Amino acid sequence: MYIGRVFGTVVATIKHETFANRKLLLVERLSPEGEPDKKYDIAVDVVQAGVGDRVLVLDEGNSARQIVGLEPNGAIRAVVVGIVDEVDVR
Amino acid sequence: MQLAKVIGTVVATRKYTGLEGVKFLVVQPLGKRQEPEGDPLVAADATAQAGPGHTVFIVGVREAALALPVKFVPVDHAIVGIVDEIATTP
Repeated sequence: MYIGRVFGTVVATIKHETFANRKLLLVERLSPEGEPDKKYDIAVDVVQAGVGDRVLVLDEGNSARQIVGLEPNGAIRAVVVGIVDEVDVR
Repeated sequence: MQLAKVIGTVVATRKYTGLEGVKFLVVQPLGKRQEPEGDPLVAADATAQAGPGHTVFIVGVREAALALPVKFVPVDHAIVGIVDEIATTP
């Protein structure tokens, strides 16, 4: 999992059935200090996150399929699973 | 799951069992700001409706095979959606 920031949304009419009725967010990965790096993901949202939110992103297929209830055949990998209130790195 | 631009088509008559009827496209992965990033790659089209010029989103590794009609096929990237609109913050 990693901490990211939602920086946009993606709209797609024609898509795989896995993504039917699901909100897709663009999430950039943040360093522990909160700086964005090059990596980003299109992630499915299950926690009503929005643009600007700092979020917890799950980037692993089997866990993602369990969370969205699409086992064993969902073609899904990245899921926004939490909205981060605070990170304390020492 | 990443954004990509379809830049070409691939024709292959002889394919591994299970890949009959699957269309392959050449895609250029895109970065955060939709700029080309990395090398072009070949992706199976799980939407069956993508074509050159489309912005799409792709899944990699295990999830790519799960997006296709036959779930255990030798495929490492698949197109799972055709993007209508992307809204990003600056």
